Amino acid sequence: MKYATEFRDPKAAKAVLARIAELADEIGATRAKPVHIMEICGGHTHAIFRYGLDKLVHDGIEFIHGPGCPVCVLPMSRVDECVEIALRPGVIFTTFGDAMRVPGTKMSLMQAKAAGADIRMVYSPLDALELARRNPDRQVVFFGLGFETTTPSTALSIQQAAREGLENFSVFCNHITVPEPIRALLDDPHMVLDGFVGPGHVSMVIGTHPYDFIARDYGKPIVVAGFEPLDLLQSVLMVLIQIRDGRAEVENQYARVVPEHGNPVSLAAIADVYEKRPSFEWRGLGEIDHSGLRIRAKYRAYDAEETFGIGYAAGPRFVAEPEGCACGQVMTGRIKPTACTQFGSGCTPEMPLGALMVSSEGACAAYWQYGGARATEATE
Amino acid sequence: MCLGIPGRIVAVTDEHRMMALAEVSGVRREVNVACILDGAIEDLLGEWALIHVGFAMARIDPDEAAKTLQALQDLGEAQEAAEAMAEGAKALEGQG
Repeated sequence: MKYATEFRDPKAAKAVLARIAELADEIGATRAKPVHIMEICGGHTHAIFRYGLDKLVHDGIEFIHGPGCPVCVLPMSRVDECVEIALRPGVIFTTFGDAMRVPGTKMSLMQAKAAGADIRMVYSPLDALELARRNPDRQVVFFGLGFETTTPSTALSIQQAAREGLENFSVFCNHITVPEPIRALLDDPHMVLDGFVGPGHVSMVIGTHPYDFIARDYGKPIVVAGFEPLDLLQSVLMVLIQIRDGRAEVENQYARVVPEHGNPVSLAAIADVYEKRPSFEWRGLGEIDHSGLRIRAKYRAYDAEETFGIGYAAGPRFVAEPEGCACGQVMTGRIKPTACTQFGSGCTPEMPLGALMVSSEGACAAYWQYGGARATEATE
Repeated sequence: MCLGIPGRIVAVTDEHRMMALAEVSGVRREVNVACILDGAIEDLLGEWALIHVGFAMARIDPDEAAKTLQALQDLGEAQEAAEAMAEGAKALEGQG
């Protein structure tokens, strides 16, 4: 596949790994005293495990998995609200497949579907728009979730619905932003982070400057990275070079896709449709100021929170996470998935306790899917 | 969720709604091209773009891709040269 296979060349990977090892030795990184590099994006976490990069890199490099899985960071109350909307009469609830199996207090969307709710998995918000066109007597709600990568697609869909005068389409908006939780993590005295691998597809929308504070205010290097194995390895190398040189800058390894100033059409659509919420609740991080988006008043007719009177529109609410679930700690990089007492026993993909085990970008799902397989191979 | 796949724009399907056909790994699907449109929609034919949830989100810059690959290749060649020199040094010391 063009623009993919070229970035999987084993010979080049070997060379980058060798350079990483040299630099790790030069800066004195060891298994006991590793360099902690956080990959913010859940897509990167999965790529690291799919290609076994965590095992291939020098012992002195430790990947800390960040909060960049948008399904995982939603508190359980938001899943409950999805189920509540989906169970309303006349509703067709549409969602990306990722969110289907995430547990709510009483049930997941998958279980709600089995109980009779009309829930459809879609590839794109455009599919939800099409469903609205074809079903004028039904209310079609799209579960809008994701970081800045996905936000433009729902903004453009809402604009399109408005142009067409569609009255039976709305978005349950759970869009969130990357910089604020990273600031929250950097402010946490318990977190030890030496550098970041930055989210490539978020950055193709917002550009590289929103991360300037990481380098300027916190003195940490960050390299925006692509998703192929060579992209990730090269980015780790670039972070190490900055650490060796005593620099902290925002660098862009993924320049083939990420422009410095982002995508102007996407940014304009986001600004037109959305505004920052005063705060938004994150699993494991609590309420973070200005970290979530809501639909502006002029598009109120497309805001499912307003239409159905739930979520933030219904006032404050809090739902405790399940007993023994450590998703919050894993999600923020405080512990590894295998350190959760429920991993593989009380929480499996078939019977999940928390979101990280069943979201396609969840760290626990990555450990289960790839770590488990490799561990089995090793014992054979 | 942040999954994006390179795809090639192969046909315009609805100029008014800014929709085009993209070929992604042999599969064709209609996508919205609003985010990569900066002229006539026909100009996009043959262009490579990053496709995400039914939207072409960014054009892929072939020059930047080539630069990245070149840097990786240079690193590979440098590494090979370093390994060859190390082997040579070992041979001189009678360890090869």
